[in-house]
Amino acid sequence: MSLKIVVLAKQVPDTRNVGKDAMTAEGTINRAALPAIFNPEDLNALEQALRLKETHPGSTVTMLTMGPGRAAEIIREGLYRGADGGYLLTDRAFAGADTLATSYALATAIRKIGEYDLIIGGRQAIDGDTAQVGPQVAEKLGLTQVTYAEEILDVNEADRKVTIKRHIDGGVETVVAPMPLVITVNGSAAPCRPRNARLVQKYKRAMGAQEKAAVTKDGAELPYAQLYNDRPYLNITEWSTADVNADLEQCGLSGSPTKVKTIQNISFQAKESKTLTGSDQDVEGLIVELLANHTIG
Amino acid sequence: MANFYTEHPELRYHLNNPMMERICELKERNYRDKEEFDYAPQDYADAMDSYDKVLEITGEITGEVIAANAESVDLEGPHCANGRVEYASGTKVNMDAMVKAGLNGMTMPRRFGGLNFPITPYTMCAEIVAAADAGFSNIWSLQDCIETLYEFGNEDQHNRFIPRICAGETMSMDLTEPDAGSDLQSVMLKATYDEAGNCWRLNGVKRFITNGDADLHLVLARSEEGTKDGRGLSMFIYDKRDGGVNVRRIENKLGIHGSPTCELVFKNARAELCGDRKLGLIKYVMALMNGARLGIAAQSVGLSQAAYNEALAYAKDRKQFGKAIIEFPAVYDMLSTIKAKLDAGRALLYQTSRYVDIYKALDDIARERKLTPEERQEQKKYAKLADAFTPLAKGMNSEYANQNAYDCIQVHGGSGFMLEYACQRIYRDARITSIYEGTTQLQTVAAIRYVTNGSYLATLREYEQVACSEEMKPLLERAKAMTDEFEACTNLVKEAADQEFHDLMARRLYEMAADCVMSHLIIQDATRAPEMFTQSAKVYVNYAEAEVEKHDAFIRNFNKADMDCYRK
Repeated sequence: MSLKIVVLAKQVPDTRNVGKDAMTAEGTINRAALPAIFNPEDLNALEQALRLKETHPGSTVTMLTMGPGRAAEIIREGLYRGADGGYLLTDRAFAGADTLATSYALATAIRKIGEYDLIIGGRQAIDGDTAQVGPQVAEKLGLTQVTYAEEILDVNEADRKVTIKRHIDGGVETVVAPMPLVITVNGSAAPCRPRNARLVQKYKRAMGAQEKAAVTKDGAELPYAQLYNDRPYLNITEWSTADVNADLEQCGLSGSPTKVKTIQNISFQAKESKTLTGSDQDVEGLIVELLANHTIG
Repeated sequence: MANFYTEHPELRYHLNNPMMERICELKERNYRDKEEFDYAPQDYADAMDSYDKVLEITGEITGEVIAANAESVDLEGPHCANGRVEYASGTKVNMDAMVKAGLNGMTMPRRFGGLNFPITPYTMCAEIVAAADAGFSNIWSLQDCIETLYEFGNEDQHNRFIPRICAGETMSMDLTEPDAGSDLQSVMLKATYDEAGNCWRLNGVKRFITNGDADLHLVLARSEEGTKDGRGLSMFIYDKRDGGVNVRRIENKLGIHGSPTCELVFKNARAELCGDRKLGLIKYVMALMNGARLGIAAQSVGLSQAAYNEALAYAKDRKQFGKAIIEFPAVYDMLSTIKAKLDAGRALLYQTSRYVDIYKALDDIARERKLTPEERQEQKKYAKLADAFTPLAKGMNSEYANQNAYDCIQVHGGSGFMLEYACQRIYRDARITSIYEGTTQLQTVAAIRYVTNGSYLATLREYEQVACSEEMKPLLERAKAMTDEFEACTNLVKEAADQEFHDLMARRLYEMAADCVMSHLIIQDATRAPEMFTQSAKVYVNYAEAEVEKHDAFIRNFNKADMDCYRK
């Protein structure tokens, strides 16, 4: 027996190196200043999925992401590391989704995929930092969820049970949960493997319909066009709201109860400074103060 | 995200050399693999795009994983227990990343699971890895021993061994023994044929074996009882799965700590012959060494790049007398010279690798079909160029790596002498490059016949005909004058008809040839990519011209009566 694994992944602006031009005057993210990257904890999730594929021969790993046409990059990055295929949920009607509308869209897509044993995603995305999407997907599909996973220790296919090490405050705990199961993976899990040279060469031309349209929009010919007929795996499947039978009311902005009222720019500034000597007394005093205000400890 | 490939655009420049079109065409046999293998290129542009993408992967792993582990690997090093080598923990992580990325067996044909890459992009990967950790680069780069097994092993051996190397198993070349270092003719490890076991048995000791606990070993051993010279030696394949070889100890070295240098004890170890008997040293080891020498040249260039990066960063950051030290002539002199040697040495490295690529690809085609007369001529021409250029690339780049690492510490001042900075590791790691796989003195021995038979001179005169930019014309004229001096000195030494005098002057003539060759190559690079290489071309020709003058003065003014003063 083998496993059917769906990996949830998101393309995010790289908020790890935010400069002062990261936000526009309107308070939205300046995407031009922040390169789009694979959400880091989703890479940890992908690694867990790929390890299971290795230990459970015959298993498949399917990428699922939602975003504009260029988010097909997420599917390619998955393919480069060993995923078998993927779907890009892309439709104007999906745009502007909060966590509720996002999890709705992902859940409809997972239903469309149909067969799955494990749904694995990162704990949270570095743009919103909510950690809500994974758990909400589990709720919508009526599945058990294990969050903050650090390692999937064992999958017992006969018993349909998964043993998982979780990261908790001050330590780890090991839990056993039934399949089908949603797992969200913590950043402290093993880093994702690098892209593979053979797979990069195999899949480097894989594109979604919107990416192809962008290449050919000024009448240019699609390079190596024949290959897309000969090698179906080079066509990344795009799904619209209609493809996944989504209720438009629950999608995108209209499905998102979260409303951003205002955004404030906050600059961190040093308000006061203290001069300490190297004496034991001063050092001890500083440690006590930092412990008291929870800066350390 | 640090990336050792994209951060150094000089590499992409060298990848995009016009000779690559011919190399790809030969290596890919007109792109015939595309129907059979989903990762084979469709055409030249597609092949080049793939090399670029794989170099990017290598650059990312080296930038993110290998460089980050370099310090801990240097401190921890490998350990020897129960006759086996245990790599440093960081080495295991590095190896795992490289294997998962599929960067093993890079030059092997796809039917064995290889990437079928030419030597040039492979050598670039080797350079990048060495820039991050020269010790680790040994373990990874020894995969190129498989080239020798591919060239001289039989089909059955190909099928059994090459896929394993492509899947990430490691190799070693077991040549040196306690009494056979530079003089490999003295190898004594005994190979005897075991009629009952229908195999060869190896007995004896090997010393200084890099990555000596590898999965597959190529072993030089004496198969012809009673012989004493190189003609009694054959090459064998030892498979660790068969057992019989133990690691007695790991050497405690000045540098490249991550690379286990082993003393090996062969006790009736089962082995099989690779190629024909008696050709072990005279044919196979020569081929093996030429590949390894190109590898050390790449390692040296990587170290020079690392030395330059460290020195530049420090010189920009360090302030004395109210300004960054890079603003002082005494400091920017060192930095620009490091960069010039790096750029000129790298140009020589990849010119050599391209020569190797063409003749090796033609050699490989010759295993399938008869070469046309034109192809045979091409093969001969490039084989000779490769043979002449390999000792230049290895010798000069390893000397430059040492000089650059020395200057890198000098730029750091007192801090450079402290173990906190990476420059001390680079300095220690660089030291071996001019020693192993043939010392610089032996590179001179390998190269000197091309000095005396006029091969370098002919190539240099051809280079003089290569069109150059207006800005480079004055430099080209100076390079011509340098070549004239080289020619005059060569004639002077030849006319003396004194072997000892000839041998004493050999190193200087060798360096003169290399100085002239690198001057031309950097001029050509500055013509094609002035924004990248103009500065280095000017600095390098200034440097090389002074070097040539120095050697010229030495050779011309040398009084043969003084030779006694040199003799011990």
